[in-house]
Amino acid sequence: MSIKTEPFILNMGPQHPSTHGVFRMRVTLDGEVVVDVEPVIGYLHRGIEKLAEGRTYTQNIPFTDRLDYLASMTNNFAYVLAVEKLAGIGVPERAEYLRIIMAEMMRISSHLMAVGFFLNDLGAMMTPVLYMWREREKLLDLFEMVCGQRLTYNYMRIGGVSHDIPEEFLPALKRFVAEMPKFIDEYDQLLAENEIVLTRTKGVGVLPEDLAINTAASGPVLRASGVKWDIRRADPYSIYDRFDFDIPVGSVGDCYDRYWVRIQEMRQSVRILEQAVAQLPEGEVCAKVFQLLRPPVGEVYGHIEAPKGELGFYLVSDNSIAPYRFHIRPPTLINLTALKEMVIGWKVADLVITFGSIDVCLGEIDR
Amino acid sequence: MRFERYGVGVAKGMVVTFKHLFRHPITVQYPEERLVVSRRIRGNELVWFPDRCTGCATCAKSCPQGNIEIVTHIGDEDKYVVDKFEVDTGRCMFCGLCVESCPYEALAMGISYERAQYRRRQLVLSKEELQLSDIRRPSGYARPKIEPTLPRQSLLVDWDREEGGQKLSRLPLSKKRGRGV
Repeated sequence: MSIKTEPFILNMGPQHPSTHGVFRMRVTLDGEVVVDVEPVIGYLHRGIEKLAEGRTYTQNIPFTDRLDYLASMTNNFAYVLAVEKLAGIGVPERAEYLRIIMAEMMRISSHLMAVGFFLNDLGAMMTPVLYMWREREKLLDLFEMVCGQRLTYNYMRIGGVSHDIPEEFLPALKRFVAEMPKFIDEYDQLLAENEIVLTRTKGVGVLPEDLAINTAASGPVLRASGVKWDIRRADPYSIYDRFDFDIPVGSVGDCYDRYWVRIQEMRQSVRILEQAVAQLPEGEVCAKVFQLLRPPVGEVYGHIEAPKGELGFYLVSDNSIAPYRFHIRPPTLINLTALKEMVIGWKVADLVITFGSIDVCLGEIDR
Repeated sequence: MRFERYGVGVAKGMVVTFKHLFRHPITVQYPEERLVVSRRIRGNELVWFPDRCTGCATCAKSCPQGNIEIVTHIGDEDKYVVDKFEVDTGRCMFCGLCVESCPYEALAMGISYERAQYRRRQLVLSKEELQLSDIRRPSGYARPKIEPTLPRQSLLVDWDREEGGQKLSRLPLSKKRGRGV
């Protein structure tokens, strides 16, 4: 005799510790096996794209801080690059190097958060997160020294950066760069060979290469699936063509590969930081740009490799002081579209870690 | 997934955890002990210098949120006299654009950081409240003249580092009680 059963619909979120923000997943379950996932977004919608249409180009920079608040510097960077492309503004050499230094520091900081909370979702409650926060804290100290804020930096300006670095910045950064590889080894030793972590992540939440390309995934999620695509190499912006670094690529596209790619990217970021600090020239940090910038009529799409993937800004100018259209291509929203394919057939606990391995930031998804 | 010898990876991780057992804690007992903040901190609200302000309202125009309200009239010698300088800090996002844009350095970010109030009305600051006082001191943000006079920021990178044969196991702290700084 068989018992008649029916699928169970579970609302995961919006207030759930493993959703990294206010995000709801409408999960259809057969027992404990995931049959269907429907993401529900919009809880953190602030209408930044619309707000930006009423503000000048400079006034929009603080708003970009509030997109991916774990990587504010790279948001600033993407936006100012797009505006500079639109208005045809050149950037002083020193400012280019400072931007690269800040972007790579931000990448390390964001990946530390991503890896820490991925392990937290796996059940290694808080210990790895706090180990990684120690290094993140050092970076936040440095950001605070440069621009006076620890989360919403508002550091980049159209035509350069807002301030030159103080004199105690470079010695502190050099110490950090010298110490960091040792700490990354420590993270590797902590959990990379742990049998429980391996059993739970290897082969779980696989995103095949063709599907990753078809869903327009980018960043570590795409590279974990075996696609060697990094905008720093594929479409070099700023001065990334001057640096020597590798692009770590995964093989299977499972949760472990995404974790591994992030750890390796931190090592590469440290390498870029070493080179950038050594080459840093003297000089001006900001070009002379008129406060009420009026770019010529036209449209532009500027994109960079943010820690979480390809972050793009699409701007349309009508020769006024405010953008006519301000559109953001957030990396995690696009990466999230692949979630359903990754988790169907797996258990609820695997849904949590697969979601954690994408490394979403809801400020960016809902914007 | 199968392993040859189960438990080796767990043991390796435990070695790291065990090493951390003998580390000095870096926790700071916050209200009594305080870390020294950055010289450029964009801290508590704004400091306004009335003698330098000409009432040009560049700060009000540069504010993305439109928080700064300035009312002026033309007084003696054809100069603007500021009647009202009011900042709604409840909507302020501390971007610092007003301070950067001020051509006369009449505005600076504050250095203190505790800004909880009981009423929303108390977050709207009038021109008397915005002036220099014990709790409202300027920070070095976009003010290179003030920056060197402020104490050096405590950095976690320096923590546990040898300097001149001496181990810096504690961060430089300010033990001053009271609001901010």
